Amino acid sequence: MSLVEIREISKSYGSNQVLKNVSLDVAKGEVVAVIGRSGSGKSTLLRCVNGLEEIQAGTIRVDGVQVNDPATDLRKLRQQVGIVFQSFNLFPHLSVCDNITLAPRVVKKQAPEAAREVAADVLRRVGLEGKLDAFPSQLSGGQQQRVAIARSLAMQPKLMLFDEVTSALDPELTGEVLKVLESVAQEGMTMILVTHEMGFARRFGSRVVFMHEGRIHEEGQAAAVLAEPQTPELKTFLSAVLH
Amino acid sequence: MIREFGFIDVMYLVGAARWTLLLTVTAFAGASVIGLAIAIARILPFAPVRWLAAGYIHIVQGTPLLVWLFLIFFGLPLIGISVNPWLAAAVAFSVYGSAFLGEIWRGALVSIARTQWEAGASLGLSLAEQLRYVIIPQSVRVAIPPTVGFLVQLIKNTSLAAVIGLVELTREGQLTAAGTYKPFAVYITVACIYFLMCFPLTQWSRSLERKLDVAR
Repeated sequence: MSLVEIREISKSYGSNQVLKNVSLDVAKGEVVAVIGRSGSGKSTLLRCVNGLEEIQAGTIRVDGVQVNDPATDLRKLRQQVGIVFQSFNLFPHLSVCDNITLAPRVVKKQAPEAAREVAADVLRRVGLEGKLDAFPSQLSGGQQQRVAIARSLAMQPKLMLFDEVTSALDPELTGEVLKVLESVAQEGMTMILVTHEMGFARRFGSRVVFMHEGRIHEEGQAAAVLAEPQTPELKTFLSAVLH
Repeated sequence: MIREFGFIDVMYLVGAARWTLLLTVTAFAGASVIGLAIAIARILPFAPVRWLAAGYIHIVQGTPLLVWLFLIFFGLPLIGISVNPWLAAAVAFSVYGSAFLGEIWRGALVSIARTQWEAGASLGLSLAEQLRYVIIPQSVRVAIPPTVGFLVQLIKNTSLAAVIGLVELTREGQLTAAGTYKPFAVYITVACIYFLMCFPLTQWSRSLERKLDVAR
């Protein structure tokens, strides 16, 4: 059974339909890269998966739980589904440690000491040991984004969503974040990434999904799709982002 | 009999300032409790609650404080509830203050980016937990300067309680001026005492602003 089952979902903002009958399955342990130009609906699709956006038609299931069912406890679901945002969205008034341990302490009722240990562990995994007591404003963009990834990891999610996590970073800082993404992928995490990093998509995306005007226009094995795009839209898009 | 305006009168005025301070503290506490509830009600994703809170603010801000004082002090006894000046003033100032604090704090809450709510929600925090751990702590910094500004207004406005016979600083000043026939000296003294109460507050607000900014 797929970990994520998206079935014919549609979403509109007023008269503007941003998702049109989108269906997508993601198996456990799979890394899916969603690409497409701005406004193609890829970020919206991602945000629907953890219920940040409502959909008007179709169903989304994560690990068998229907996301768009009013009876579903979204709090429970979101403990299983981590999301990392383009603009990091760290809590600026909290130290790195408190950023990471807030949800484990408040939502999962972990003891502060245990939570701190988990925080130290996830920070090590993103290569930021020793930054436990720093504040977000004292860190570079790349470091902040790695803390955001650590914050998600600390909840031990089954699925992680990445929404253009390197787009707000200078080119020299994207590398360190991509390296962290690679190691998270190698640990077997199921990941859906909205990304502009074609190189990353090629190497780690077991599958690439190309979105165009609210639909999935083309999808398939990463290497094949990127090497031999079938549709003119994907060809145009690829030649635009690769040069 | 006309007496001199001397040291003992100044001491009486200072003594009466206690009641000004006590009324301010009571009113501020009452206004904070109601104001926080109003501010949160104004940003909740439940429209009827928002409308109720907005209606409350419109009514209170659209009516003079003096009328509230009269209404509570002279009006309530007519329907069989007797109130002393102290209670009437405390209630009237709490209601008046709650509308202002409610607006100030709502502004501080909405100044925090939508993405902070989303980050909290995505980690599984409930609405109340997002408010408590993420939104309110960040909005305190924004809220402090206008809140202290309002507190200074409140100290000065408590002088209105003199009209229902509460002997606070201004009322004591009126009585002293009537007894000594030295209104100029008396009211200068009264003004100085108000200033001495308000000035440290504005200074404190500035230092807090700086401190909170460093912590960021």
